[in-house]
Amino acid sequence: MIEFADVSRIFMVGGQEVPALRNINLHLVAGEYVSIMGPSGSGKSTLLNLIGLLDRPSSGMYRLDGLDVTTLDDEHQAQVRREKIGFVFQFFHLVPRLSAAMNIELPLILAGVPPQERKERVGQLLESYGLADRAGHRPDQLSGGQRQRVAIARATIMRPAVLLADEPTGNLDQTTGKEVMSLLEQLVGQGVALILVTHDPALGQRAARQLQMVDGRIVSDTRNISQA
Amino acid sequence: MNLTDTLLFASGSLRGARSRTLLMILAMSIGVAAVVILTALGEGARRYVVGQFSSLGSNLVIVLPGRSETAGVNPGMLLGQTERDIVLDDAQALLRSTAVRRIAPLTIGTALASHGARNREVVVLGSTADLLPIRHMELAQGQFLPAIDMQSASPVCVLGAKIKRELFGSEAAVGAWLHLGDRRFRVIGVLASQGESMGMNTDDLVVVPVASAHMLFNTQALFRVLVEAKSRDLIARAQKDAEDIMMQQHGGERDVTVITQDAVLATFDRILHALTLAVGGIAAISLSVAGVLIMNVMLIAVAQRTQEIGLLKALGAPSSEIRRLFFAEAVLLSGIGSMAGLLLGEIGSAVIGQFYPALPVSAPWWAVLAAFGTALGTGILFSVWPARRAAQLDPVLALARR
Repeated sequence: MIEFADVSRIFMVGGQEVPALRNINLHLVAGEYVSIMGPSGSGKSTLLNLIGLLDRPSSGMYRLDGLDVTTLDDEHQAQVRREKIGFVFQFFHLVPRLSAAMNIELPLILAGVPPQERKERVGQLLESYGLADRAGHRPDQLSGGQRQRVAIARATIMRPAVLLADEPTGNLDQTTGKEVMSLLEQLVGQGVALILVTHDPALGQRAARQLQMVDGRIVSDTRNISQA
Repeated sequence: MNLTDTLLFASGSLRGARSRTLLMILAMSIGVAAVVILTALGEGARRYVVGQFSSLGSNLVIVLPGRSETAGVNPGMLLGQTERDIVLDDAQALLRSTAVRRIAPLTIGTALASHGARNREVVVLGSTADLLPIRHMELAQGQFLPAIDMQSASPVCVLGAKIKRELFGSEAAVGAWLHLGDRRFRVIGVLASQGESMGMNTDDLVVVPVASAHMLFNTQALFRVLVEAKSRDLIARAQKDAEDIMMQQHGGERDVTVITQDAVLATFDRILHALTLAVGGIAAISLSVAGVLIMNVMLIAVAQRTQEIGLLKALGAPSSEIRRLFFAEAVLLSGIGSMAGLLLGEIGSAVIGQFYPALPVSAPWWAVLAAFGTALGTGILFSVWPARRAAQLDPVLALARR
């Protein structure tokens, strides 16, 4: 489903070229559970941003569902993001002035889904994520775990094929972190591909496939036989 | 994203930054209110002057002795003779024109007026019964000059309100005798107090029949003749007829000046209209200042909301959508600001109207429209740049920050 062919990403810093990703070749299939690990600065977040179409490769080709998405214009890239990709961030990135329900509703609003249908879908999701009694609360009235659950609900309301999670538990204590992880893994069970960026090896080990990155290269690609 | 959602989202983010929003609306509304109030004042001044002129009488043509030449030499100057006076016969002759409804000859002089022990110098105006309707004067008591032939004198007089007060106090004036110079006049009426109008205070006058005034001042000359045309359309003809008749009367010489009140009025009207425009233009500058302020605050808002913008992009909003959102915010802001400004302006005009009731303060419709349009226009214009900046924001950088 996701195909990277010889993808590089080079940043210009103070007139100097700094390669963040060097000649990445990667193939992910639908419904896969992949973790990307590595020290900070190894390019894991850059890779995630490229997969999520938030950034463009300097060279190489990226195919998503057989479509070359590197050449798409802004409008179409946004559409692909909207329909196929969900983001979960370390710092949740909820809109502070909007209630939990409205934060979850946001992708539907952007997609132009009619209000009646929006309400139903948000209501269902709130219910299944155990947030029904928190619908009207603003993010600052929610606990960290609740916030991340709202963020996951927002990432999945468009029923994306891929879920990109950048240190989703990095800002949570251990117990809530575990809850959030089990929620994400539950989604993998439902057929969503989960790409998890983390520097925590214990967390990374849970994934069926593990990528190790160092210095902008994938140095190891192992599969966890027992869980696969 | 459809229009309602865009507007809802934009108004939501405006509500999210309450003090910022209120300050911007305030700036905008002060700008709009300034335009409304200043043009209302200018327009009020114009209407005031126009009103003053029409209180002098309507459809007036004024005949003055002497001719002011703007170019060349007055032939009279070369021959060593001055122009002829306008006399009562001339005034009477003006009625031959079919365009003229009525005339009022005027003679002016000062005389010592006394009643009992009180006396004072007064302005004496000699005229006829028609002066009352021509000059739109009103009577408080008694009657005006009798409608007698203008050549015949009659020892009656009508007092201005102030003269009556000063010479008679609370005493009844109508029916009493008043000494003017060396003659005696019977008071037959008192004018209603009208105050100053175009430099002539009718409160400070004594009106007598024109022939009596001529006897009093020992003269034949008229100060001027007021001619009322039958209608507005006939003013030009009345003017021309008056000139022709006066030329005939004066042996083929054009030695009088005939002016129409309309010409003077039109000049004032033009000047004051230009003034209103100028003042409105100055106020419009304050509006554009408000526009720059909006731009500044919108830029700050973009900086403050980088994260939100990045998030919206990650959730699938194309750049055009982000631009539209910020645009909608600016339109809402300047729209609400202009509304508030119009309200403020109307209230301000009403307050000024309370303090200066003589001034008809009310903003002309074009100024209201222009202020509203300018406010909305500047708001939109000055939001283009911030909106673009928001749209061009790199989502990766925006989301990387905490």
